[in-house]
Amino acid sequence: MLRLFEFAGRPFIYLLEEFGRILLFLLSIAAWLFRKPFRLKEILKQMEFVGTNSLVVVLITGTFTGMVLAIQSYYGFRKFGGESLVGATVALAITRELGPVFTALMVTGRAGSAMAAAIGTMRVTEQIDALYTMSVNPVQYLVVPRVVASIIMLPFLTIVSDFIGIAGGYFVGVKLLDINSGIFMARIYDLLVVDDIINGLIKSAVFGFILSLIGCYKGFYTTGGAEGVGKATTQAVVMASVTILVSDYFLTAVMF
Amino acid sequence: MIELKKIKKSFNGQKVLDDIDLTIEPGKITVIIGQSGGGKSVLLKHMIGLIRPDSGKIMIDGVDTTTLGEKELNEVRKKFGMLFQDAALFDSMNVGDNVAFPLKEHTKLKGREIKAIVEKKLLQVGLKDVTHKMPSELSGGMRKRVGLARALALDPKIILFDEPTTGLDPIMCDAVDKLIVKTQQETGATCIVISHDIDSTFRIAHTVAMLYHGKIIEKGTPEEVKATGNPVVRQFIERKVEDNNF
Ligand SMILES: Nc1ncnc2c1ncn2[C@@H]1O[C@H](COP(=O)(O)OP(=O)(O)OP(=O)(O)O)[C@@H](O)[C@H]1O
Ligand SMILES: [Mg+2]
Repeated sequence: MLRLFEFAGRPFIYLLEEFGRILLFLLSIAAWLFRKPFRLKEILKQMEFVGTNSLVVVLITGTFTGMVLAIQSYYGFRKFGGESLVGATVALAITRELGPVFTALMVTGRAGSAMAAAIGTMRVTEQIDALYTMSVNPVQYLVVPRVVASIIMLPFLTIVSDFIGIAGGYFVGVKLLDINSGIFMARIYDLLVVDDIINGLIKSAVFGFILSLIGCYKGFYTTGGAEGVGKATTQAVVMASVTILVSDYFLTAVMF
Repeated sequence: MIELKKIKKSFNGQKVLDDIDLTIEPGKITVIIGQSGGGKSVLLKHMIGLIRPDSGKIMIDGVDTTTLGEKELNEVRKKFGMLFQDAALFDSMNVGDNVAFPLKEHTKLKGREIKAIVEKKLLQVGLKDVTHKMPSELSGGMRKRVGLARALALDPKIILFDEPTTGLDPIMCDAVDKLIVKTQQETGATCIVISHDIDSTFRIAHTVAMLYHGKIIEKGTPEEVKATGNPVVRQFIERKVEDNNF
């Protein structure tokens, strides 16, 4: 019986410890966020990396998400003559859920993993120690710009994804499946409200925060050489993706 | 002046530094020798506050750095320049930006002035036309020399060199030795050098200290150390392996 508790308890304790460490890391980010010098150049560099360089991936995934949604809902709605709702369904699902979540997952795979790898490499090759010796705080220099850039850029990427996703849905619904274009759009205007879009964007900012926090955290505490960097990178992607999906549920429950 | 008082440090139960008492004379070159894995790099990192000791005090110009918060520690660190054993160059920046980094962070010099200093420092370590190369495009020895240039960029009062000549060819070794001596003479800096090269140690050192099993077992001028009666030290500087080790 005791063994059972031990068996079940160990991962739980590990999770608790990890959570505590992330919280401490977060506190030091918060402390360094408002201290000079503000690293505008680093923030811009990271905005380019997180935002601009993710654009193509987001465009492709956004388009096809909208397209597949349109097909699926079309075949579903057709059974009871509700084809006119395809547009609104696509628009709502994308702006509320799929736009923010898929964008965040794609950026996690691209940029979150890269953050863990870059900072992890700097850790194991003593570049982080070198920053300390030069009286530059690595949290301020490396972590804060990545977190700030991600929080700013994720909503922008999500807007793009929302737009292109609805366009993809329009293309499939109107051009391929012959839904009347006026009805398709009218239903979107009827049912989609600005709050849907705004709430989706707020979510995406939270996701940007999560993926950068976890990516940087895993990198910052990397040990064990090149192998350790690989592990940290994988863990960052898995942990950030899971956290994004879980927090999505709670954010949605609170918002809508 | 740097004073280490009763420094103890273990990693996961393995004692690395065991009651180190060491005073580094200001304005001199102190060379620390000792076995590979003996804790020399760990000792150096204690001096600049990268590693905190389990117990003991580290006095830098009369201030105990083991009790300082990061802000105060940063002020103390501004006196230091450090060359890491594996150079620790920033691999996202080119060579020029690496050397310029401490200058951009801690001086108000203009871009042109910084560029001039960077070129001068690189020339001193025998590197020309490399400012636009990335660290990954350099050889190990070249990386080390860039690290050296970066450590010297701010003309620090205290310079820590972790094996500055390991991995360099004999001529470059000699050049780096001379650079250390010359820098020391010109700036009056306190230099602490870790070295595996016995010849160069005796050439450049004012003081030689030997770290062995977590303790400083010998410290003195090169002449004193050469004449030591301590068999462990003798064996080390005569580069002999005890027969029963094989
Ligand atoms: N961060 C650390 N965590 C755990 N153990 C460490 C750490 N740093 C050093 N050690 C251990 O401390 C011991 C001394 O290491 P150190 O790097 O100081 O040796 P060294 O004298 O510089 O050797 P070398 O001449 O080969 O560079 C080694 O056994 C090493 O495994
Ligand atoms: Mg070493």
